[in-house]
Amino acid sequence: MTWFTYLLRLGDDALIMAQRLSEWVGRAPVLEEDMALANIALDQLGQARLLLSYAGEVEGAGRDEDALAYFRSDREFLNCQLVELPNGDFAQTIVKLLCFGVYQDLLYQRLAASADERLAAIAAKARKETAYHVDHARLWTLRLGDGTPESHRRMRQALEEVWPYTHELFEDDEVTDELAADGRAVRPGELRQPWRATVESLLREATLEPPTEDWAPTGGRRGIHTETLSYLLAQMQSVRRAYPTATRW
Amino acid sequence: MSWPLWEVFVRPGRGLAHTHVGSLHAPDAEMALRHARDLYTRRGEGVSIWVVPAAAITASSPDEKDPFFAPAADKIYRHPTFYPVPEGVEQL
Repeated sequence: MTWFTYLLRLGDDALIMAQRLSEWVGRAPVLEEDMALANIALDQLGQARLLLSYAGEVEGAGRDEDALAYFRSDREFLNCQLVELPNGDFAQTIVKLLCFGVYQDLLYQRLAASADERLAAIAAKARKETAYHVDHARLWTLRLGDGTPESHRRMRQALEEVWPYTHELFEDDEVTDELAADGRAVRPGELRQPWRATVESLLREATLEPPTEDWAPTGGRRGIHTETLSYLLAQMQSVRRAYPTATRW
Repeated sequence: MSWPLWEVFVRPGRGLAHTHVGSLHAPDAEMALRHARDLYTRRGEGVSIWVVPAAAITASSPDEKDPFFAPAADKIYRHPTFYPVPEGVEQL
């Protein structure tokens, strides 16, 4: 059950990230960025499919990726709260992508050496994608942070909004302790230092200051979410739930 | 959107030339390269990308079509049509 929980956490992070990013489709500042964000969303969706399929097999209750994505309620989702936060303006999306992307990239780097071969293979494949996501967020962070007074102001505001939710990414608990002990998982706490080093040096390069520590909302890994997740799920799941037996779309 | 226009060239494989595939808008060369990757190599079309500011390209004009290209039409000795192409040669 611990293994199922862990895979679900990874899969839900990617799934909710994909859903949020895809909300930009048709709305991004320019067509080129529209495509870029859609590409990243599709990468995340691909990761979610692999992880949720695996989780379903591990659970052994006959649930496939679709059952896990479309027929769970908000309390059953184990994603971090960071990924469910609304997109906000473009700056907020970029800050989210930066914070989450660097975390995910560091995580997959380590999971590529997981004692579990299947997860290691998924992580190794996903890592090539997350490296690109980080690169995309990095380039925009530099341009917006060190851009106009208005873009700088918006980036600062976005950092204030997003930063508190990054602490949850690095929380250890009994699930990660148990799995890290046999080499299958990574203790999230181990990622904190390399994450801070990468993100903070990039922010400084973009003439931005990392916000000072404040509150640290948490609970996503145990199914406790912000109210925005329910709306996201309603949109994502409504068609599937209205036609639960449909096999062709 | 006032971003400059860039022309995109993709090399589909080793040994082949970069081919013009389209254009895009981007604030600078670095972003243009990223956008080109997202727009034109999503399905594994390339191994290398060039982006060139469209403003840097000097093009022939349609008005000059005749003086530029018509004289070549009747000089068949310039065309490599007098020998058979070996079988199995795809890129010639």
